[in-house]
Amino acid sequence: MSDKFTGKTITLAHGAGGKAMRDLIDAIFVQTFDNPELSSLEDQARFELADLAQYGNRLAMTTDSYVVDPLFFAGGDIGKLAVTGTVNDLAMSGAVPLYLTCGMMIEEGFPIDDLRRIVQSMKATADAAGVKIVTGDTKVVHKGAVDKLFINTAGVGIIPQGIEINSHRAQIGDVVIINGFVGDHGAAIVDARGELALESTVETDCQALNGLVQAMLATGADIHCLRDATRGGVATVLNEFAQSSGVGIRLKQAALPVREEVRGICELLGLDPLYLANEGKLIAIVAKSDAERVLAAMQAYSAGKDSVIIGEVLAQPVGKVLLQTGFGGERLLDMLVGEQLPRIC
Amino acid sequence: MKFVDEFRDNQKAQYLQRAIHELAAQLEPTLSRPLQIMEFCGGHTHTIFRYGIEQMLPKSIEMVHGPGCPVCVLPMGRVDDCVTLAERPEVIFTTFGDAMRVPGSRKSLLQARADGADVRMVYSPMDALTLARKHPEREVVFFALGFETTMPSTALTVLQAEREGIKNFSLFCNHITTAPTIKAVLDEPDLMLDGFLAPGHVAMVIGLQPFEFIARDYHKPLVITGFEPLDILQSLWMVLKQFTENRCVVENQYARVVQPTGNQAGLQAIHNVFETREFFELRGLGSIDHSGVSMRANYTPYDAERKFAMPNLTVTDPKDCQCGAVIKGLIKPWECQIFGKKCNPENPMGALMVSSEGACAAYYNHGYTGKAA
Repeated sequence: MSDKFTGKTITLAHGAGGKAMRDLIDAIFVQTFDNPELSSLEDQARFELADLAQYGNRLAMTTDSYVVDPLFFAGGDIGKLAVTGTVNDLAMSGAVPLYLTCGMMIEEGFPIDDLRRIVQSMKATADAAGVKIVTGDTKVVHKGAVDKLFINTAGVGIIPQGIEINSHRAQIGDVVIINGFVGDHGAAIVDARGELALESTVETDCQALNGLVQAMLATGADIHCLRDATRGGVATVLNEFAQSSGVGIRLKQAALPVREEVRGICELLGLDPLYLANEGKLIAIVAKSDAERVLAAMQAYSAGKDSVIIGEVLAQPVGKVLLQTGFGGERLLDMLVGEQLPRIC
Repeated sequence: MKFVDEFRDNQKAQYLQRAIHELAAQLEPTLSRPLQIMEFCGGHTHTIFRYGIEQMLPKSIEMVHGPGCPVCVLPMGRVDDCVTLAERPEVIFTTFGDAMRVPGSRKSLLQARADGADVRMVYSPMDALTLARKHPEREVVFFALGFETTMPSTALTVLQAEREGIKNFSLFCNHITTAPTIKAVLDEPDLMLDGFLAPGHVAMVIGLQPFEFIARDYHKPLVITGFEPLDILQSLWMVLKQFTENRCVVENQYARVVQPTGNQAGLQAIHNVFETREFFELRGLGSIDHSGVSMRANYTPYDAERKFAMPNLTVTDPKDCQCGAVIKGLIKPWECQIFGKKCNPENPMGALMVSSEGACAAYYNHGYTGKAA
């Protein structure tokens, strides 16, 4: 670490554009992220188009802001989330994610040790996902203007030739696959807020999915739809697919993997795991004839070892999702109007 | 999961489903219209929709989703009072989660929070008391809501506040009582209801006796019912069994939780803190005698209605709302003239569209937007 940088908390001076800001950027961001594109400290990162073209023929670009509270939770933190979230948004197009930006809005008084921990977590996550954080921005705002720390990351990736993943491509007879347990992230956040004092801990499923997607594509299967089930959960993604593709989808509740701890939290609070957020779960729709090999490739990959088929695409009801309950009934599974709120009784 | 999966077992469900169909087949020759069985409680409505139970029943049985969702029957004027309280700068207003979205005539508590009011979601009234301890400089108001199920916990919280001498805690009391509400439904002249699934958690507190008038005076079979899907199926079977055997009594399906005499300690706490109101307004049903409770005079310091100036205005429901007729089983949710048009979950006009336990919201969310469904 730089000798010049010894403070304990972030102050407004760290965002003022002067020497204090330069010291912060050097000591925390440049040293940690450590790559030539960033170290040149120009106002922008620069890339050779020829280098990008080796991955494919189309650029994918996305952005997302991260405001999770608390900043640290079981199995992850806001930094890890800010990298995996944007990597996953790119990966769901089939793109190879390459470069990320990092914009930070920090409340004055924020502990520098926490910032360092978060930035190191971003670096470790980016390395594991094979992406670089190549440019950024830091703002420090008055107490109360943001809640502790907000992060925005944008990302670019390259889509290989011939890949056409699109939410309107679900076809009658296709199958629906998920890469593991549902609702872990949402439950981990409820747990980490500490309002319930639960005995067991649920870890977030926060993980980068680009490797898994590449493994799925490597089978040569034509993947019709792919989306990560973040806010709004599995129910929301399936409804989006059904609406975009003009098909019906039947989800089999008995096939859906939900951890005991997550079920327990949901039972206590009157929440439904199908609407809980995930940060490392994707839903794929593929032709039935491709299902077995895609599933096998997923199960052979760490982020997909618990992959299962959870449903099928139907002609009817158009634009809707049917839930076949484990109990033997069937009902429509709608999207939520707003936030899922705990029930009284 | 232990103590959960046993009550959702698919094979037992199929067995009960067959048994229900058999009894219904016996009854059908004697029926001129489908049997209407009301589940009073919003918790039951939730289970029925969540597990797709209506689709498992024979055509000769219709479920009528009753008024037992405390969030749904909360009158708009009371929500306005909540918002007024929450907007006071010294107040931390605490509430259960699903009351946050209920529309007032000006705004909901969610909107009030967005506009700067300090509204916090709690899981228990004791959480609100903890906030009062933590913030002695603020006034913590707990929005007490629900039938007898939630009354003991609010009463015990007030008693605890009194023991500790906590002065900055109060209740905005909107507790309502089950028996007068069911009676109001039964007194409907066009009533077609044939039997009841009664709320198990209310009975856990008040026991069986308060339900007996329904079988005795109104001649409707009634089964105290638990909240898991197998509980619902078993209770439906028990109601049908009473029809086939020409019996009409109060039976207790939820015996693993409900004692015939209720919970004496809970009842004592309720009695100590609350007294019956002369009348209370329920959204969709209007003013009903003795259907609410208020705090006794010796707990005035803990009564938000006395502690703060409250507007306490009655706001009438929109004219074209037919919630009352739906609650009483006179029409189906989709037969209401504004169902799915002016009234939907994003912009609820009537009580039953407000909470996920409300019959209209449940039908709408599960896609039953027309009779064909």
